[in-house]
Amino acid sequence: MATRPTGDVVTATGVRRVFGDTVVLDGIDLTIGSGEVVALLGGSGSGKTTLLRILAGLDQDATGDWQVRGNLAVVFQEHRLLPWKRVADNVALGVPGPDVQRRTAAALTEVGLAGRERAWPAELSGGQSQRVAVARALVREPDLLLLDEPFGALDALTRLRMQALFGRLRAEHGFAALLVTHDVEEALLLADRTLVLAGGRVVDDTPVPLTHPRAPDDPGFGALRRHLLDRLGVPAAA
Amino acid sequence: MTELATRPSATAQKTARPAARPNRRRWRRLTTPVVLVVLWETSSRVGVLPEEKLPPISEVVRAGWRLAEDGTLATHLLDSLARAGAGLAIGVGLALVLGSIAGLLRLGDDLVDPPVQMARMLPHLALVPLLIIWVGIGESLKVTLVALGVFYPMYFNLYAGIRDIDERLVEAARTCGLGAVARIRHVVLPGTLPALFLGLRLATGAAWLSLVVGETVATQSGIGFLMMEAREFSQTNVVLVGLFIYALLGLLSDLILRAVERRTLTWRRGLQAT
Repeated sequence: MATRPTGDVVTATGVRRVFGDTVVLDGIDLTIGSGEVVALLGGSGSGKTTLLRILAGLDQDATGDWQVRGNLAVVFQEHRLLPWKRVADNVALGVPGPDVQRRTAAALTEVGLAGRERAWPAELSGGQSQRVAVARALVREPDLLLLDEPFGALDALTRLRMQALFGRLRAEHGFAALLVTHDVEEALLLADRTLVLAGGRVVDDTPVPLTHPRAPDDPGFGALRRHLLDRLGVPAAA
Repeated sequence: MTELATRPSATAQKTARPAARPNRRRWRRLTTPVVLVVLWETSSRVGVLPEEKLPPISEVVRAGWRLAEDGTLATHLLDSLARAGAGLAIGVGLALVLGSIAGLLRLGDDLVDPPVQMARMLPHLALVPLLIIWVGIGESLKVTLVALGVFYPMYFNLYAGIRDIDERLVEAARTCGLGAVARIRHVVLPGTLPALFLGLRLATGAAWLSLVVGETVATQSGIGFLMMEAREFSQTNVVLVGLFIYALLGLLSDLILRAVERRTLTWRRGLQAT
């Protein structure tokens, strides 16, 4: 693990967001420690993405107190690469410093796309594009990574590979992360702690005390899975 | 029924010789124009078409050659090009400024766009009488007319281009730490370029159209003047030379713009580039 400043990277209290008459977030308290991966679960419309956008600084109309310390990077559900920039220029977008080229190449190598610097985004598959988006986040040396259903648009096999990649990168770089997902298994595979959002509040906060690398047939996995599905309102019979 | 019966064999033939087809089609597409030119030439030569209505095409080419040789054509062409260039520069410049203000700023949108939308309803060529009163019948009339014709396609394409930019890309750029100016440079400007090129091509077409009309009003030079003068002396062949020059100008400018567009927007052909 890389050396990092100790202390929490995110502290938020009483975060509220109202769209018209609908209260989406009704007083959220959240802390994320340095190097901690927190999965944020919830049904559609539960406000997961809204909370992530607030922390990313993309929502100007939220109220409450929140603070993000250190470097921040975001990976969205869609890759959101600029189609008119080559892969390397997309990764290096807005990165200052003299050794940007070397860092870009290193980040691309880490996501398994070494040598694709000169490619256009249109030449990449969905999974490759999302890898570039991860490299674009990595090159910023983030203390906090915000991921908004980052593997949700990928096919099942690619998703498994990306989850493994995330696990590796996390072990290597030790960044903290807020992972928004609706996939309970993904949350249990990757996170140190899971939060369940419902009715605009955090209704469940469960640590995941499993050792890495994890697999869905690990002892303890099933019980946690049933617990989370229960809190998400899915009948236990499944 | 017969058609149904013959179809399968026709498609079988199509797949059997794929390489020969594009070439053969190109030749086939040339047939009608060539036939028309030959018809035109022979019917004028034998007197079916009266010479003063439509002289044979060889006469037109000869007249064009004569005008090119004694330098008349070059002088008039340069004057026409100067007018088109000045009008294009003014019209495009104005459209870039106003289109950017309306496209990028909410206040600009509210203040600039409504009057432009209203003025668009006026066909700009119908403004000639008013423009003569305002700026006279000299050079400024021609340049103003071209600038007006150029402004609208340029403005609307730029405005739509800026509006069509994917907000999600702008957000991604924001999370990468890009400020407003950097976002315009890296996201808005390149994202608007395809629309800008389309606007420029339409604007150039509008420029030639405006020039044709402008140069028929009290002019002493230019391709339009050449044609009006030839009409007075019933030199139909010179009138036709002028028409061909206008057509060539339109064709050439479009070809050049498309070539520049292809080179600039390589990322759109990304899949073919490797």
